[in-house]
Amino acid sequence: MAKAKTKSRWLRYAEWWLVFLLPLVPLGLLTYNAWIFNLGADPAQEIVHETGIWAINLLWITLAITPLRRMFTFSWPMRYRRMLGLYSLFYAVVHLLAFAAFILGWRWDLLLQELVERPYIVVGAAALLLLIPLGVTSTRGMQRRLGRNWLRLHKLVYPIALLVMVHIIWQIRSDFGEQLLYGAILTVLLGSRVYFYLQKKVRVMQAARAA
Amino acid sequence: MLIKKPDSIKSSEITSESVYLNRRHFMRGALGTAALLATGAANAIPEYEAEKDLPIYRGPDWLQQKIRESVRNGQYVTDEQLTPYFHVMSYNNFYEFGTGKKDPARHAQNFNTDPWKLEISGEVGKPGVYNLEDLVKPHLLEERIYRLRCVEAWSMVVPWVGLSLGDLLKKFEPTSKAKYVEFTTLYDPEQMPGQRSRFSTLEWPYVEGLRIDEAMHPLTMLAVGVYGNALPPQNGAPLRLVVPWKYGFKSIKSIVRIRLTDKMPKTTWNQMAPQEYGFYSNVNPAVAHPRWSQASERRLPSSLFHPNRIDTLPFNGYAEEVAELYRGMDLKKWY
Repeated sequence: MAKAKTKSRWLRYAEWWLVFLLPLVPLGLLTYNAWIFNLGADPAQEIVHETGIWAINLLWITLAITPLRRMFTFSWPMRYRRMLGLYSLFYAVVHLLAFAAFILGWRWDLLLQELVERPYIVVGAAALLLLIPLGVTSTRGMQRRLGRNWLRLHKLVYPIALLVMVHIIWQIRSDFGEQLLYGAILTVLLGSRVYFYLQKKVRVMQAARAA
Repeated sequence: MLIKKPDSIKSSEITSESVYLNRRHFMRGALGTAALLATGAANAIPEYEAEKDLPIYRGPDWLQQKIRESVRNGQYVTDEQLTPYFHVMSYNNFYEFGTGKKDPARHAQNFNTDPWKLEISGEVGKPGVYNLEDLVKPHLLEERIYRLRCVEAWSMVVPWVGLSLGDLLKKFEPTSKAKYVEFTTLYDPEQMPGQRSRFSTLEWPYVEGLRIDEAMHPLTMLAVGVYGNALPPQNGAPLRLVVPWKYGFKSIKSIVRIRLTDKMPKTTWNQMAPQEYGFYSNVNPAVAHPRWSQASERRLPSSLFHPNRIDTLPFNGYAEEVAELYRGMDLKKWY
């Protein structure tokens, strides 16, 4: 009995470390390839693009955790929802810093110009700005302190996801396959929430009628 | 901590992990050019030292021969640093082979470019379908070093090998009704996976066009080679246009048809998004793309701590040669 318990604790550790380390792999690969000059003629663009893609991937994964729990009664990923959300924020921050450092060379005049002339950057910046308070309030303490408002605040993740979609759709030159895929997945993720919400409503109504 | 000025790039920073220009050959070439220019002749093109593991595209025998005999055009050179061969052949926009920059180098390797036929049609005295070999053979090929400015705000400096488009067109006797030249890329979805994509808003085949005076301008070039060898397929083998004062997408690749016409051709990007890509698409820092600025560009290769950002020049720095063509035109309207 005691032995089984320690084993499962070890498994849990292993699981935690796995989930903790896995999202760092893309950044590790990117850093390694930058180090050996394997990112092509425009490494800045490559880094900005890849970190942006991973910020989105991780945001979408974070958004998938609740529907997964509801649909398949998987509950273990819930433990990692915060971590994955924070990783999304982390990649978004690296994405912005890489843009400022490697593309603009910290030239603020250029940043201002880019903000005015590349509106998709404003939209992306807005998404990142909104994501920051969610990261800051992600601790248990903040959760407790904010109470019901915490949930309300964290509903911001939906407009953030929509801003992210606008950010990538606005950059389409001719091929929209990637945007279509991200849009389809987001539709399922948000659609499932609408579905569960309606289902709950129906259930409440039925219960009320029965009573 | 970070270098802020983009104009003091260290050469060690640019050229690591890429092809080095063989400086000795280059110097010899440059000196030779100077000497021969004095006598009014041009000079043989320099030998470029290729990095061992990079593929070289030699092309068919006749083309190798032509390139060997080619000369450097001393009028069209620049003292700017060449973009290394490695980057020229691995960072491409050629949507027929995919929309990623690395896709063309990945998907074009089995692209069949020999034999190649070119159709000349429309307002010409001698229309017909010709073998590329027969078209190119009578010409002395020359090397020209041009800046290439992409509409996406990056740029390169490339040593092309080819001939003036005007010299070729003259042989087919354009009629007085020839006001424009329309170019078409090969349409072959079997070889070109990008043409099979269902998520593309571009119509195939790719079409580009020039006004006849732009086509006849001595700067306008048909390239068959780059860096002293044949064009790699991802760079538009076996025959591509190079119009250095226009955004890169005007320089159409893998051309199968040249048609002279009295109407402005319906060009691919212009048809898809006319507010973003004009027919002229002359490089112009004063006219922004609706979604981004064209005031500056990043000269590739750029390194991480050195974005290599430089100001974009009107007509990509060729204003002296070509501004005349647009005299009296409102370039904000005719972008």
